[in-house]
Order: sequence, then structure tokens, then C-alpha cells
Amino acid sequence: MHNCTIAELASSLRTGEFSSVELTQAYLKRIEQHQALNSLITVTADQALMQAQAADDMRAAGQAGLLTGIPVIHKDIFCTKGVKTSCGSKMLDNFIAPYNATVIEKFHAAGAVTLGKSNMDEFAMGSSNETSYYGPVQNPWHTAAVPGGSSGGSAAAVAARLCAAATGTDTGGSIRQPAALCGITGLKPTYGRVSRYGMIAYASSLDQGGPMTRSAEDAAIMLQTMAGFDDKDSTSVEQPVPDYLAELNKPLDGLKIGLPEEFFGTGLNSDIAQALDAAIDQFQKLGAQVKSVSMPHLQYAIPAYYVIAPAECSANLSRFDGVRFGYRCENPADLTDLYTRSRGEAFGKEVKRRILIGTYALSAGYYDAYYLKAQKVRRLITEDFKAALTEVDVLMGPVSPSTAFGQGEKTGDPIQMYLSDIYTIAVNLAGLPALSIPAGFVDGKPVGLQIIGDYFAEGRLLSSAHQYQQVTDWHLQTPEGFD
Amino acid sequence: MSLTADTVKKIAHLARLGIDTRDIDDYTQDLSGILDLMTQMNALDTDAVTPMAHPMDQVQRLRADTVTESDQRRVFQAIAPQVEAGLYLVPKVIE
Repeated sequence: MHNCTIAELASSLRTGEFSSVELTQAYLKRIEQHQALNSLITVTADQALMQAQAADDMRAAGQAGLLTGIPVIHKDIFCTKGVKTSCGSKMLDNFIAPYNATVIEKFHAAGAVTLGKSNMDEFAMGSSNETSYYGPVQNPWHTAAVPGGSSGGSAAAVAARLCAAATGTDTGGSIRQPAALCGITGLKPTYGRVSRYGMIAYASSLDQGGPMTRSAEDAAIMLQTMAGFDDKDSTSVEQPVPDYLAELNKPLDGLKIGLPEEFFGTGLNSDIAQALDAAIDQFQKLGAQVKSVSMPHLQYAIPAYYVIAPAECSANLSRFDGVRFGYRCENPADLTDLYTRSRGEAFGKEVKRRILIGTYALSAGYYDAYYLKAQKVRRLITEDFKAALTEVDVLMGPVSPSTAFGQGEKTGDPIQMYLSDIYTIAVNLAGLPALSIPAGFVDGKPVGLQIIGDYFAEGRLLSSAHQYQQVTDWHLQTPEGFD
Repeated sequence: MSLTADTVKKIAHLARLGIDTRDIDDYTQDLSGILDLMTQMNALDTDAVTPMAHPMDQVQRLRADTVTESDQRRVFQAIAPQVEAGLYLVPKVIE
């Protein structure tokens, strides 16, 4: 049963082939068997079994929806009442969330089962899951390789079939890049589509939660539950949520695909380029038209991002001061010592690097040169996307310049690590939706195809991906030892 | 652009962030590299561009000035490092 999609599991639960309790037990057993992956920080077995029983009761009462009784894993960035919510940091190792994130509430209301909380880069800052206080996560396709990050635990858990689906968050590629590296489907929705309430903030103008699943259809089911206006999130957008499942069967005939020249330049591995060409050919066979587009400012996305994200992070992480919650150092001499040592002892190196960069960029005399400049560049990049999306319906390209790289390969050089997100970061600056779907393999490691759409065009992205998945089987492959 | 170790110490102080003295050189080198990356933006003329603070240029939504939250002090203080009589305790600030 662990190899089924949400849609298949929902059907089996409906016909009574197995109960949610049985399904939950099966996944908990797999989680136990595959502990070496280190994809979970916390397993909530007792609560999961209670939720499963409640879901079975809900079904018996005739109130079941598609997610009722479906076991999922949430990234450890979503506050979960009564459960440790660490955000991958020593700072929050003792933090039992006193309330639920809106996303968690929505899954509860749908009757979904939470198996546990997934491992992640500390405060979502990283592209390999190696900055986690809880240690690195193995990629199920190649255990010496990273799963990507920051939602690396969620991606590895879905790929290893330890849950039916998972949630992730994406600030610069943190859903799409691990989805690509682990061979699963991951969607970053439009900024404001999914509530950020209770989702621990990294860079508030970029962060967005989304689904990480086996298929586009499953992503549609998950997004249907996750999306929607929330008055507890001041940047939530008041826009009706369409029926994503109904839209899935929209044919590709006439779909205009734009290929940004800047995405297919010299930095891209040639084997990956070949896999992407084959995928794009397949879209053409299904009736789509392809056109080259140019977005000249894309090359400035990384520098702009590494000003804006650290600036926002330095402000957001100032709340971790050792006073109200989280880690506090022993025997502080005075208040300054309390702040300085609590933060110094509990934050990891990458988090410190970003706080320092952000503090510098916002400090007196440098604001205009860095932060204001980056915000201007952000507009130029956004205008590039808007212009391209008036010519075409969607944009396609790579997710990551390479397949999953080795553990430890890039940890010594932060800039090399930052460049892992070269194809994903611009989308966050513009606030657009984008997804990653499996589109082949290079040397046994998965390759992801990125599809970017206009604001609130998640339905179009999901239907494009779904139509592709109807005629290909990349998304159905299971890593060896996990079938 | 390269930073000095003193600048790194100054920024760390502004951020109230303790960093190990043995790590200062590493941070100085890493941060200088990241600042070099940022200066690539200087190749663009942005004089006539309006800064973009938020995707879609959203305006901050306002709500009616009414009480919507209930008092949850007990719940929040239950996870605090040190509290007494409903107050958060910190080292003495005023002698």
C-alpha cells in the first residue's frame, strides 16, 4: 500500500480494502525500518494512530474527504500544537509549539494523519539539508548524496515511501530543488496562496508553503486543502481557490511553452539538458507549442536574493533572544551576554552567516547600496517574467544545475552552495508559482523539470504536469531498496 | 569588496550574535565573497526603477481595531526559560 498515490489510497480507504489505522501502522513501520535516512526529526506515532482512528470514525459517519485518513509528514517549520517544532535548530530543540499553523489546522480539519515532522536545513537556510542541527538526510536514490534542501527530509520521506505526501516550504527553491533531487513532484504556490501563519519565518516576502508528492494529481489534492485566504496572515491573498482536480484533465493542445535562453546556457550539465529536451519534446507531442524567450535580468537573481533574504532573516531571527522561548545560555552575566551567548551557542554557522550579511546590508550607510538596490533589481526580474508570460502560458527549464551532489561536497564553500538555486530563486523574487516534476535520470539520479506559471495559475501548472505524467513513468520509479 | 575582521566583529555586535574568535577569519572571508557576489548588481542602471518590497506590490491589509485574541499568557509562559509571578526573568538591567 505504501507505493500508492493519495488518490489510490483514498479509493482503497473508501472501499474498505484497509483502514487508516492499518495504513498508518504500515507507514510507521517503514519509518522505523528506514531510520538511517534521518528524514524525520520527530515521529508522532501515538498521535498518528489516534488521528487514524478518528479518520476511520469520520469515514464511518460518512464525512470523509480525499485526505481523510491519509498519513502525511509536515516540515518541522510548521508549528504543531503540543509537538516539538524545531525548525532544524538547536535554538528550538526545546520548543513545544503552543498553537497550530493554519496549514496544520487545515490538514486536521480534512482528517489527515500526521506521522511526524521532517528534517530540514536550519531555519530553512540551505540547499542540501546539511545545516540541520539534527544531522544530514540521505537521498534514497543514492545514500551518499544529499536530498537537496531546505525541505530535504520531506523530499526523502516521500521518495522513500515513508508517507503518502509531505509539506514543504520554498523561499529560494526549497520545495522544488529537493523534489528534483529526490525524484518527486513539488509545487511552490503563488506568494500569498497558502497561509504563512505559524510557519516559522525566514524571509517573509519570499516564503511560501506547498505540497511535495508522488504525482501532480496528489499535489492538486494537497493544494486544494492547503490554499485559501487566512486573516491571520497579513500577506494572504483574498482570491477564491479553484477546483484544481477538475482542472487536471485540461488538454495540453495549444499550450504555449516559453524556454528562457538564460536557463539553457553554459552552466547547465549537458546530460540534464538532454533529459529536459526529451521532456519538452514530449510536451510538443501532446500538442504544446514551444518558443524561445529572453529574460536578461535573470543573472542578477542570486545577488538580489542574497541581499533580500538575509536582510529579512536578520530581522525575523531577532525574536530568538533567549527570553520568551527557545534556548537560553547558562549563567548570563548581563542582558547583552544573555542575548549574545544564547544566539551564539544555538545558531549554526550558515544561519549566523546570513544574519551577519543581512545586518550588514541593513546597517547605516549601506542600506541604499544593497537593500534598496536589490529591491530595484527584484522589480526588473519580475518585469522580465511578466513580459515573458504575456507571450507564453508557462515557462520551462531546469530546477537544479546538477543532480544530487555528494554529502560534504559543497559545505566548505557557501557561494557554490548558493549557486545550487540559480534556476529557482528568481521565481520567489517575482512571487510566481512553479513546480518540479521528475523528467528522467542521469547516472541513476533523478532530474527535475521546472514549470513556471503566471500568478495564481497553479491549476495550469498542475494540469500540464498531470498530462505529462499520463504518458511518462518517471514519477512512478522507486529507489532501490524502498519498493 | 572585502571586509575586515573588525567590521565582522562590529556587525556581530549589532546583531547580538556571539561568534567564536577562531571563526572570525572564516566569516570575514565568506562574507567578503558574498558581498562580491552582490556587487554584480552594480552593472545595472536602476536609477529610474521603483523598489519592489513585495511580490505583486500588495498593500498591507488592515483590520478593524477590535479585540480578537484571548489571553494566553499561561500557555506562552509555560515554554519560557525563566518566569516568575507571570513575568519573564532576565539578568538585572538597572542597579
